[in-house]
Amino acid sequence: MAEHEPMVEVFIYETRDFLARLEELALKSEEAQSFAEDDVNEIFRAMHTIKGSAAMMMLDDISKLAHAIEDIFFYIRELHPKKIDVSSVTDFVLAAVDFMQNEINVLDDGGKPSESSQGMRDASEAFLRQMKIDNGDDPDVDLRKVKGASSSSAKKESGGAAAPSPAPVPEPPPQYYIGAAKQEEKTDDGSLHVYEAVLNFDPGSGMLEVRAYTVVNSFQGEVKEMHYLPDKLLEDPEAADKIEKNGLRLYMTADQPLGEIKKKLEKTSFLVGLNVRELKSTDECAIWPTRADVAKAAAEESEPIVPKVPEVDGAKSVPPAVKASTEKAAGPAQRKEHESQVISVKVEKLDRLMDLVGELVIAESMVVQNPDLKGLEIENFEKAARQLHKINGELQDSVMSLRMVPLEGTFKKMNRIVRDMTKKLGKKAHLLFKGESTEVDKTINDHIGDPLMHIIRNSIDHGIEMPADRVAAGKPETGTVTLAAMNSGGEVILRIMDDGAGLDRDKILSRARERHLLTKPEAEYTDQEIYHFIFAAGFSTNDNVTEFSGRGVGMDVVVSNIKSLGGSVSMDSDPGKGSTTTIRIPLTLAIIEGMSVGVGSARFTVPISAIRRSIRPKPGEVFKDTDGREMIMEDGECCPVVRLDKIYGIKDAEQDINRGILMLLESRGGGLFALHADELMGVQEIVVKPVPKYISYLADKTGISGCTLLGDGSISLILDAQILGSILK
Amino acid sequence: MDDENLLDEEDTQKDKYLAFTIGKEVYGIDIRVVMEIIGILPITTVPEVPDYIRGIINLRGKIIPVVDMRLRFGQEYREYTDRTCVIVIEVDDMLIGLIIDAVSEVMDIPENDVVPPPKLRESKSRYVRGVGKLQGEEGRVVLLLDWKRLFSREDVKALGAMQGDKEETSSENGGNDK
Repeated sequence: MAEHEPMVEVFIYETRDFLARLEELALKSEEAQSFAEDDVNEIFRAMHTIKGSAAMMMLDDISKLAHAIEDIFFYIRELHPKKIDVSSVTDFVLAAVDFMQNEINVLDDGGKPSESSQGMRDASEAFLRQMKIDNGDDPDVDLRKVKGASSSSAKKESGGAAAPSPAPVPEPPPQYYIGAAKQEEKTDDGSLHVYEAVLNFDPGSGMLEVRAYTVVNSFQGEVKEMHYLPDKLLEDPEAADKIEKNGLRLYMTADQPLGEIKKKLEKTSFLVGLNVRELKSTDECAIWPTRADVAKAAAEESEPIVPKVPEVDGAKSVPPAVKASTEKAAGPAQRKEHESQVISVKVEKLDRLMDLVGELVIAESMVVQNPDLKGLEIENFEKAARQLHKINGELQDSVMSLRMVPLEGTFKKMNRIVRDMTKKLGKKAHLLFKGESTEVDKTINDHIGDPLMHIIRNSIDHGIEMPADRVAAGKPETGTVTLAAMNSGGEVILRIMDDGAGLDRDKILSRARERHLLTKPEAEYTDQEIYHFIFAAGFSTNDNVTEFSGRGVGMDVVVSNIKSLGGSVSMDSDPGKGSTTTIRIPLTLAIIEGMSVGVGSARFTVPISAIRRSIRPKPGEVFKDTDGREMIMEDGECCPVVRLDKIYGIKDAEQDINRGILMLLESRGGGLFALHADELMGVQEIVVKPVPKYISYLADKTGISGCTLLGDGSISLILDAQILGSILK
Repeated sequence: MDDENLLDEEDTQKDKYLAFTIGKEVYGIDIRVVMEIIGILPITTVPEVPDYIRGIINLRGKIIPVVDMRLRFGQEYREYTDRTCVIVIEVDDMLIGLIIDAVSEVMDIPENDVVPPPKLRESKSRYVRGVGKLQGEEGRVVLLLDWKRLFSREDVKALGAMQGDKEETSSENGGNDK
């Protein structure tokens, strides 16, 4: 990730949030085959915010695209058209989300987003036009430009609405923008004052329109109703000049006295002139639009502030479909509250904190186990040391928990994959989540997405049958893929279950035979082992390469990604009933339990999770083959013996194999091998540190995955059983 | 640190070199990349790296590789003594420790006293950016190291490959399974 200015960073962060939410909403709506009113509002708002902030970042194509999508939802929200092709609308939203996501990624990588969204915009405009025609509305009437024409009248007077017809101002349209929120009272109400405020900014401060926008935004909540000149702050390229010349003119109705308004406005930064006066009525205002105009202007300018939709008469025209799905999603108002309690912290800062805690743990043991203390009777010291140890432990736990994030976000992304695939393949499937609130380390969360995606693709492509076949097999037409997560000890277990056809044992076996993957007689293979073949690189049972599968990449990516997280994958299947993929990953990567072993004067650490068991071989148990390679029979397998001193050239190591100890480790691909060490020195929690880059450039396949500091300050190298095993071959 | 400060610092450190000796030669390295100078610490050896990389050390919780510059420049290994120093430098966000015979001083060598090294084939002068003449001391020169090149990723890779090949022919165990 490139370094950004704070503003760009905030933009990227916020926009990503919005895009994720948009995708979620779009998928939810598609599933319900209707747009709930809350969702329409939220999509509209999100697009609107993206539009505004993208315009500020000079990302015109994003901004214009957001505007085009916003148009569709503006139409849906205002006129409640009866015929909405929810799938197509969703397609547009998703396509737009993808486009923006790509552009944001480019921006994040330090590039300059330059893709044009013209094609997409044209398509969405054409679509909107068609939708209007289908619903009997005049497609040429730009809603935002129609003055006075209101939602319900526009439906009937198709065509005639182009001319402003203020006469039949009907029920106020359900719009809640600046001030319009409280439009029930008439403004000249005795308790309300009408003010005019003229703000002049220091022209040297730059970005006047943005400053004005900030004022408007922060002030709108304070007063009943507010309008301002120039009326297009962000869209109008000349806004800054106008503000510089005439100042920002605010017209508002409020129940606060003049002094209070003045005081609040005075806090604005870079203000060089402020003039607030009270007007007799709104008629004196240079701008005071009618309610219909409010809606129109607001749609273009401002942030809606009241997301909740009060019941107005107009709501009667809400199509039943919309009404039906008034499912209580996390309302925007609720989410606001959450936001205020959350701060976003850069991961680097957390990593730094984590490092420091790691050092603290080491420093602690350096003090407490200091050789100078040996043999001393120091009861009070030990008491204090225990206290320190306890606090350190808690500190470590809470720092670790800072890095923990729920899997929910990653899970939800899978919805999109299921949707896209089922749509293209003509299958029906839906995704169920279980335990999505399970928390894992951020690094894990970031790396689990790809493997999950491949497994789910595989499930849908190979597992779930075509709807007709499913019905014939007596299963529900729509298949179910379940994504479940749970904590178990120090591990997270992820299960991906589908109720499809299951794996074809014979087909996999025959394909494995063709590819010469079999290493022992076929009859000796267990089902599990056979299923494991699908994780081999280049393995595919699909004869045709499709967009989604058949190339054989994918599942091997799953294994290597999971392995790099220190986890494991296994596969199980019940023919005709479905298959289950189980992933096990350690909860955290930063601190692991390791067995410290000594080879000569060198110290190595082997992750406990990699050790199956350790054996002290009896004389004669270790035998040599014709090439002089040592082996031992364990678990019915012939395991090669690896001597660390030989592969790493350690001179002062124990040579007599019977005096050392053998650790049985599992190598990549599942084979066992025995690692010979002089002695086991005990299990301890270690803080994993990466090998310095300079060394990892040179030695990327030495079987060393990291290093750690021992209690006495010396360094121990962490061995990677996977790689060690493969070095043998 | 804001830009202005950075500029200031650059300025005061310009043309300043930390001089150290390896055998009879005096080398200089830009003071700006030098983080600190420490005595020799216990070194943990790392397998399967070229022998000039002595291993890694623990510098107050940071793990950094140490390179023996004698070996790096193809000279003979010499036992470390009290005078042996480790210069910790930062290159490309990596900390690297350089083991050298002794540190002498920080010297000022204006850019116009630096002459480019002769273009010789097959020489270590590839890593010498220039030869600095010392004012007032006729005939004494300092070899200014091109630290960027010395520790660039490509160079490290190339050297690593070379070394790997050598190992492979010399011993059974140096196998690289690429």
